[in-house]
Amino acid sequence: MSLIRLASISRRYQMGGETVHALRDVSLTIARGEYVAIMGPSGSGKSTLMNLIGCLDTPTSGTYHLNGTDVSGMNDSELAAVRNREIGFVFQTFNLLARSSALHNVELPLIYAGQPAAQRRERALAAIASVGLTDRMHHKPNELSGGQRQRVAIARALVNAPSILLADEPTGNLDSRTGGEIMGLFAELSRRGHTLIIVTHEEAVARHARRILRIRDGLIASDEARGEPNAPLQSLPPVLP
Amino acid sequence: MTIFAELREGLRIAWSAIRANKLRSALTTLGIVIGILTVTLMGTAIAGLNRAFLNSVSAIGADVLYVQRMDWIIRSQEDWFRMSRRRPITVAQAEAIQRQADFAQAITPVAQGGQRIQFRTRNADYVAILGTSEAYAFSSGAGLAQGRFFTAVEAEGGRPVCVLGATVASNLFKALPPVGERVTLGNRNFDVVGVFEPVGGLFGDSGVDGQVLIPLNAYLTAFQSNPDVVLQVKVGGALDLDEAREELRQIVRKVRRLAPNDPDDFSINQQEQIVAAFYSIAGTIAGVGLFITGLSLFVGGIGIMNIMFVSVAERTREIGIRKALGARRRTILLQFLIEAALICLLGGLLGLGLAWPITHGMARFIPATLSPFIAGLALAVATVTGLVSGFLPAWRAAQLDPVEALRAE
Repeated sequence: MSLIRLASISRRYQMGGETVHALRDVSLTIARGEYVAIMGPSGSGKSTLMNLIGCLDTPTSGTYHLNGTDVSGMNDSELAAVRNREIGFVFQTFNLLARSSALHNVELPLIYAGQPAAQRRERALAAIASVGLTDRMHHKPNELSGGQRQRVAIARALVNAPSILLADEPTGNLDSRTGGEIMGLFAELSRRGHTLIIVTHEEAVARHARRILRIRDGLIASDEARGEPNAPLQSLPPVLP
Repeated sequence: MTIFAELREGLRIAWSAIRANKLRSALTTLGIVIGILTVTLMGTAIAGLNRAFLNSVSAIGADVLYVQRMDWIIRSQEDWFRMSRRRPITVAQAEAIQRQADFAQAITPVAQGGQRIQFRTRNADYVAILGTSEAYAFSSGAGLAQGRFFTAVEAEGGRPVCVLGATVASNLFKALPPVGERVTLGNRNFDVVGVFEPVGGLFGDSGVDGQVLIPLNAYLTAFQSNPDVVLQVKVGGALDLDEAREELRQIVRKVRRLAPNDPDDFSINQQEQIVAAFYSIAGTIAGVGLFITGLSLFVGGIGIMNIMFVSVAERTREIGIRKALGARRRTILLQFLIEAALICLLGGLLGLGLAWPITHGMARFIPATLSPFIAGLALAVATVTGLVSGFLPAWRAAQLDPVEALRAE
């Protein structure tokens, strides 16, 4: 069964009396363990698609099944719960809470999941360790480098063991060497069986993925498979919960 | 997410937000500080006034009826003119009433005037001199600090003896023991036989502390041969006060020889009238106080609302992040409500901290203390103000669309 199934999804906005068709009748399936890049120029609808997949937004028409559940008609509170459980976000601008330590940032999704404090701490520590930042976990975001901040964000995205890791231009604010490290981390996560969706406009970044979707004018212009999606390596014990 | 974890996270966020904007939070809460200061001082002052009043009024005695020429509470000038034209109650009438009103536990006649009092070099002008009987000690319920009250024999014989109120005694004698000394009232000498215990009361000095008691017969010969007498009738617990009042009224009418159709040309007063009048005044004061307090809290609340809107606008991105990570509307609502309530609570604590020394200053004039009840009430009012004024901004924050919020700068 596919992890993500979009059927005839449309998303329209009202903008100054004009209707903008951000997505027109898009259908798409993504299986568990896939590594997908979504590409497209700005205004193509790729951000809208990402927001819909990430349950930050709901479609005007069409249905969206995530992990077998129809989420297209859910209310705000249910969507919040789905985001918390199923989606791990990684943003271009990291979006860490400035006044909280790295550790607290990573703990945040677990707080919203209602986990007891002891368990929360344990899992947050494991997630921080998995991105190699144990020695910096008590630092505030402004005391960390860009690459370190993005690694904290990735730890935060993974801490709740979500179905999908959704990254929006994850290397956009990083130099090429640090960007490369982050892409290496994504490759590692993909090898461990995580489902990755990366929204980018950089070919070099997209080429890390096994499948590239190109969006233009609210439609999927092309869907290119770049070799077999990785089968999860059962032999490797998952580092993350 | 459990409500407890939500509250803890909300408190944590609120605390760090307040710490990050110390000056702004302090200025914002200034209105609340002033509001709570007013609530506390107003509450303390009213409670203090009540206590002072009850101290004063308890000296009157709840079961004592006062037969006299005029009402205690006069509501209009016409009433005053009408009553001031009434005949005085003479000593002979007082004696007749005393004989007939046998239902009472004690009846004490009191004639009052002002005289100069002197002891050696110290003196005071126009001190209240009360001519009365030995029954006064019983009907007034006032205790003696030193010596004794004058006896029935001394009262009957009109002996030149006196009992001093506490303030009179301390002003005249300072540290000396007054009992056994001789004071001059007007131009006559009186021996001090006793000193009353201080009663205290409104503004630290009730009537009782400032007066001098002498036998009525001595008063008549020394100062005023035909005074206007007030009768203190102690009813006691045996009889219903209203029945006693009516019986007393009939006796006084008969003694004053009123025709059946004549209106009463005397008044029967009791403690309850003063209490009722006081509470109506105290109620007005409390009402005005409440209005002022409410106004300052309202202004303070608007300040809070204003700054919470700013806070929400500044942290739109943060709200978006939290929503992306799974925060529900309720969680965001709670977060900002807690922040507003916490700012107000801190303001309330600050206000209480300022009110504390001021109430100590007030205690010099009225028996005012900052009670735990008023302190608790003030903090509760502060918190509620925060919750009410923070609600709209918090609601707006909770309703933010996560996509829009994440896009904010």
